[in-house]
Amino acid sequence: MSAVTALLERDMRVAIRAGGGALMGALFFLIVVTMVPFAIGPDLRLLARIGPAILWLGALLASLLALDRLFATDYDDGSLDLLMTGNMPLELTVTIKAIAHWLTTGLPLVVVAPVLGLLLNIELRAMGAVALTLLAGTPALTFVGLIGAALSVALRRGGLLLAVLVLPLTVPVLIFGVSAANAAIVDGAPFGPAFTILCALSLFAVVLGPIAAAAALRYGLE
Amino acid sequence: MYLRAENLGCQRAGREIFAGLNFAVGGGEALLVTGRNGAGKSSLLRLIAGLVRQSAGRLELEGGETDTPIGEQAHYLGHLDAVKPSLTVAENLRFWIEFLGGGRPAAAALEAVGLAPLADLPAVYLSAGQKRRLSIARLVAVARPLWLLDEPTSALDAASQRRLAELMRTHLAGGGLIVAATHGAIGLERARELKLGPP
Repeated sequence: MSAVTALLERDMRVAIRAGGGALMGALFFLIVVTMVPFAIGPDLRLLARIGPAILWLGALLASLLALDRLFATDYDDGSLDLLMTGNMPLELTVTIKAIAHWLTTGLPLVVVAPVLGLLLNIELRAMGAVALTLLAGTPALTFVGLIGAALSVALRRGGLLLAVLVLPLTVPVLIFGVSAANAAIVDGAPFGPAFTILCALSLFAVVLGPIAAAAALRYGLE
Repeated sequence: MYLRAENLGCQRAGREIFAGLNFAVGGGEALLVTGRNGAGKSSLLRLIAGLVRQSAGRLELEGGETDTPIGEQAHYLGHLDAVKPSLTVAENLRFWIEFLGGGRPAAAALEAVGLAPLADLPAVYLSAGQKRRLSIARLVAVARPLWLLDEPTSALDAASQRRLAELMRTHLAGGGLIVAATHGAIGLERARELKLGPP
């Protein structure tokens, strides 16, 4: 158990300290969403209608941004070799790394989303629901990304390949995330079904992601 | 305890690195793996650590825990030091001690490699030799019977090399095993040699 907390604590510390890039995702999210009203113009009704989609796209791109660091830094400094010789099953190791990654890059997105909702003319009441969809959906982004990060770990400039690998797999998350968020804004549209499927996608990713990522690491480090 | 290899072979990217390798190392013994560059010294160590798959033969650690892979009973000291620059010296070591299953307190191990005064310094300020010593502190802190050392003396000054030799002798005296890839002497008097590659 102490190995679990030690790894979680270490990864979060490394991410939060200088050069770790934990808040880069949240900052990028902020910039992208802030640019949208300038590009669309002051049409408040249009902004409110496309607001959830913009927030979700922004969150998707922002969570991709730090994803290549998930294993690459450990690979570069030799830590990954030692992580693989630990007593902990590799599946558990990568799960903990993904949780630490989500806590430092995914959760900040959920926290800043309501503030950004103001820029997109989303009502305060609906904003809670939009943030809830991000809270339910971002774990899926992280754990699907985990597979891509494990596959591209040994490649130079793997970040680009990572985006190409991961983005298509996140399409279902995007579809149900945005439709649940839209349902919260448009009166009468059912929020439940889309949100439930979003939760299911996250649960799928949390279970399958670590198994696939561990297999990719074992195969790739030869 | 015996580390025994029979007819061991290794292929990487379809190219044969070595084949038909036989050796046995007993408790308290050191095996120096030598050979020209590219002969497969590092590959052999990584293979024993379970980081590279063997293509042929058998490798077993007799007298070790049978259900545990050899890699989990071994310390692998590779070319890279596995030191996070943003963490302090003590934080780096404490993490590896906890992750690798606990052992002596970090302070005692830092004392053993002469890094105790730097415990609270972020590791980014360490020199190459000091990072190496921080990496070696892990071997001292967590007890594992087999040490796999890849060029352990690189970047170390004369005093640190003597200190490492002392740590290795202590490990061997306690019944431990050492397999070290090296080009020069590493300060162990009675060590057998395994020469890789064409004679």
